[in-house]
Amino acid sequence: MSAIEPVSQPAPSPGSAEPLVQVRGLVKHFPLTRGLLIQRKVGAVQAVDGVSFDVRRGETLGIVGETGCGKSTTARLIMRLLDPTAGEVRFEGQDITALTGSRLKAIRREMQMIFQDPYSSLNPRKTIGATIAQPFVIHGLLEGKDERKRAVQELMETVGLNPEHYNRYPHEFSGGQRQRIGVARALALKPKLLIADEPVSALDVSIQAQVLNLLRDMQRQLGLTLVFIAHDLSVVRHMCDRVAVMYLGRIVEIGPGDALYDFPRHPYTGALLSAVPVADPTLRADDRELLSGDVPSPANPPKACRFHTRCPKAQELCSIEDPPLEDKGTGTEAACHFPLSREEVAEIGVRSAR
Amino acid sequence: MTEPLLRVEDLHVEFVTEDGVVHAVDGITYEVAAGRTLGIVGESGSGKTVASMTTLGLTRSQGARVSGRILFEGRDLVALPEAELRAVRGNEIAMVFQDPLSSLHPFFKVGWQLVEAVKAHRDVSKAAARERAIELLGLVGIPDPDRRVDSYPHEFSGGMRQRAMIAMALVNEPKLLIADEPTTALDVTVQAQILALLERLQRELGMAIVIITHDLGVVAEMADDIAVMYAGRIVETASARHMFASPEHPYTWGLLKSIPHLAGGREEELTPIPGTPPSLIHRPSGCHFHPRCPYAQPDHARIDPQLEPVADEPHHHAACLLESQLRRRLWAELGSGCTPEQAREAVGLPAPPPHPERHAPAATAAGEPSGPVPEVGL
Repeated sequence: MSAIEPVSQPAPSPGSAEPLVQVRGLVKHFPLTRGLLIQRKVGAVQAVDGVSFDVRRGETLGIVGETGCGKSTTARLIMRLLDPTAGEVRFEGQDITALTGSRLKAIRREMQMIFQDPYSSLNPRKTIGATIAQPFVIHGLLEGKDERKRAVQELMETVGLNPEHYNRYPHEFSGGQRQRIGVARALALKPKLLIADEPVSALDVSIQAQVLNLLRDMQRQLGLTLVFIAHDLSVVRHMCDRVAVMYLGRIVEIGPGDALYDFPRHPYTGALLSAVPVADPTLRADDRELLSGDVPSPANPPKACRFHTRCPKAQELCSIEDPPLEDKGTGTEAACHFPLSREEVAEIGVRSAR
Repeated sequence: MTEPLLRVEDLHVEFVTEDGVVHAVDGITYEVAAGRTLGIVGESGSGKTVASMTTLGLTRSQGARVSGRILFEGRDLVALPEAELRAVRGNEIAMVFQDPLSSLHPFFKVGWQLVEAVKAHRDVSKAAARERAIELLGLVGIPDPDRRVDSYPHEFSGGMRQRAMIAMALVNEPKLLIADEPTTALDVTVQAQILALLERLQRELGMAIVIITHDLGVVAEMADDIAVMYAGRIVETASARHMFASPEHPYTWGLLKSIPHLAGGREEELTPIPGTPPSLIHRPSGCHFHPRCPYAQPDHARIDPQLEPVADEPHHHAACLLESQLRRRLWAELGSGCTPEQAREAVGLPAPPPHPERHAPAATAAGEPSGPVPEVGL
């Protein structure tokens, strides 16, 4: 894919064509139980239900979707913070879903996560120096006190924090600076994979751009592979080489950002892109076609195509047969029996095409 | 021009706290004409919410010190006794808040809460109030309103709760609706539904709307006029078209250059505003934005800019100490893709005096990272 920026990555081990992460048929169901003492299983929230994709080395893969679509659960499954119900996650070719103990710990060192809320993801009783040094402590690296301090201060400088603030506490920092602390902590072990789960949605507009630029700079410098999860489609467009759109636990469309935003094929992608308010009054859309209703409950998702209950193009087939995710010939793969045409994309008021 | 529906004049709102006096709103003036939509944009702590709560008298119980005038159809709401203000609040001016879950009481049925709202302002029978509640739920697009009227808030989705809140605000067909971040907690497809609903209701009922948001996309879609707030003040007001096409204040430029565009792509470069918004207790001297402004000059730390009309655009005001002609040249440079530094050099403006806020250290130059490289072995 030519969209991928050349990165100054230290030459990856042999077989670099192999994706860094391969997700295959990933499923996560959270059981719903009833009863106080004897808990009976009465159903399951199908948070992630059969998701397959690759994360290529050095790219930024965006995952977008609305609340409850399973994007954060997918991230936590890749990190093995949750155990999948079925399916596998391969990291550098190795299935990590069954790893335990020291082998799991070794893999975890290669992947790090940045969280949404910079206020609750830092321990208020620890100095930020101690917080950023924590990965070294956990993995028993850089035992010397001075050595560790120097490493932490170098990290702080890299993410744009004043190294002299080593001994300060989180409450002394603003939201944007706290997110920088989170980035420094995540980069401490030089991970190969960084997962950012809504890293800027709690930040003010003027600060958001600071953190986005930091993540892009870090990626270019360190050759990181980034999985970027967000609900803001403009931010995802800015950050990502490829984008996956999720709806009710499934990927409905995936492809290069340019192709997906220029010509969305899945009606849900089209609906999302036409719903985004655009910061340009001359492009004001007076009669957009709006999606009606709300996202159905993931505990009881619609049969076959999960979008058919809200889809403006749904036919009888959509409620009978589940459409596979397949190449639609315009750059993206979409799971739809009746993908959007160029005319329809213009009609529903998608304003993301350049 | 006819008398505006709402005219806020030199409004100040202060709170006395243990740490000092918080100058939440610091002398703002704006107008809303009947049937129009004003968008108030600002970041957290810019005073946009406090200003609107004060319009409804909702900051009175919190010990706020309020001065200035809020003229609603000629009556000054600041001076109005509580009992008279209560007749205005919810009746002629109504408000919709950000979080629809915490604005509805979880114990009571949605319909019951609507009936209470109807009966608070109108002397009608319970049956008639219930009829009105059902009618309102239908008006805001809740399917099957005669059944839904007996639902509890937890049985509604986020979007439906916000519709119910809007229904409650519409009980008495207010002339002015204040919507404070009405869609911030909602998903993008639901946000589009709620914004479309507000536009439809405005057309049908002819009410004026003040929409408060941090989202430039939302104001661009909704507002006729826009006011940009920073540190308790309005720094720029203009029609929506002018605000996006020819903004005059460096803070507005900073906001517009900070957001990625939906059609922007990977190559688009963002220019963040350096530093962080100031504390409203210890505000910077002079122009409150000068510590973060890439175009600040030495005397900007001393002189307090006033909101003044911009040349050739009668309804466009900005509070900036730079000359209008210079600002236009700067914006033209920025519009052609220059960085603030390049724009400054192009127009021959000296670099701003050093200030710690402006030197939020950028990420280090590209190259081999300086971080530790522990050997990783599996």
